[in-house]
Amino acid sequence: MIRRQAIVLLALVGLLVATYLWLYKIGVLGELQCGTGSCEYVQASRYAELFGIPVAFYGVAGYAALMGLGLAGLRPRFAADRRVGALLATLATLGFAFTLYLTAIELFVLHEVCRWCVVSAVIMTAIWVLSIVGLRHRPPTTP
Amino acid sequence: MKGFYLLLVAVAVIGGGALWYGSQRSPAPPTPSAPLPVAAADAFHGYTLGSDSAPIEVTEYSDFECPFCASFATVQMPVIREQLISAGKLRWRFRDFPLPSHKYSRYAAMAAQCAGEQGKFWEMHDQLFTNHQWAQTGKNPRSLFRDFARGLGLNLDKYDACMDGQRYVARLEASVQEGEALGVRGTPSFFVNGRPFTGRATSDDFKALVDSLTKKHK
Repeated sequence: MIRRQAIVLLALVGLLVATYLWLYKIGVLGELQCGTGSCEYVQASRYAELFGIPVAFYGVAGYAALMGLGLAGLRPRFAADRRVGALLATLATLGFAFTLYLTAIELFVLHEVCRWCVVSAVIMTAIWVLSIVGLRHRPPTTP
Repeated sequence: MKGFYLLLVAVAVIGGGALWYGSQRSPAPPTPSAPLPVAAADAFHGYTLGSDSAPIEVTEYSDFECPFCASFATVQMPVIREQLISAGKLRWRFRDFPLPSHKYSRYAAMAAQCAGEQGKFWEMHDQLFTNHQWAQTGKNPRSLFRDFARGLGLNLDKYDACMDGQRYVARLEASVQEGEALGVRGTPSFFVNGRPFTGRATSDDFKALVDSLTKKHK
């Protein structure tokens, strides 16, 4: 249960980060607070969109789905349901793979790193690890 | 469990509030207003590409925010550089003509001038045109341009001082006045050896023009 709570909390933070980047991309926010990173350079590159949709929006959708699924998994009727854990792990694996792709683009193609993307990558990695570990543990059985 | 949901709501409220606050803060447009630190007549006539001994010179009046200029710079210009400029047949002169309808084109032109101060005008020119998404968003591009400057290895302290001091705003004004005097109305506009170029803005038309002028020279 603690793991799913952690996944929900992480997904919420990830959702906020992705929403921030998405709002910037669609022009609602004027400037990214990035410190020493190269957020705007990365966000202005052609890799910041996939099939005409901002990459950040995929993050918003992915984190929202993870959060919704995690919240559903916290309900007593789904707490012992292994399908929820499997779905979480599947979604987290997809998110993790996408994160690896984006990080590789930053490191090896753009040679610039966006600090918010790093935050998102760390969050997605943590969610992935927690969801995989959750799969390996037997769910608590209800009497 | 109740504590967890409270924590969740608190994070959502704080995060959502921060996003809302950020969206309410409109970016300050970096419009020049300070006294002009550089005289308009500083004898500067634009950055050039190519050999000084090239028989033909093309002067381009361009606006960094203009989509046609970006398209020309990214699609046609690489061919022109490779086949005409590098071959010593043509010299290219870039003049700023920021259109008043474009919110950040003067700012972009200033970024290019400030990069030029450190010997990286064309590199910044390429960055501004290649990553042209900034021109479509309407957002303040200050930190993006600073990222470009950092990526080009510019001394950021010098770059910031140049940008903040609007060091070349008079130079831009002089370029605009020069363009207006020559009859420039839109961008990109080209002059070949001082005469208006009326062909299409394609590498093929420039090649044909250079070929015909080279034959005349012979």
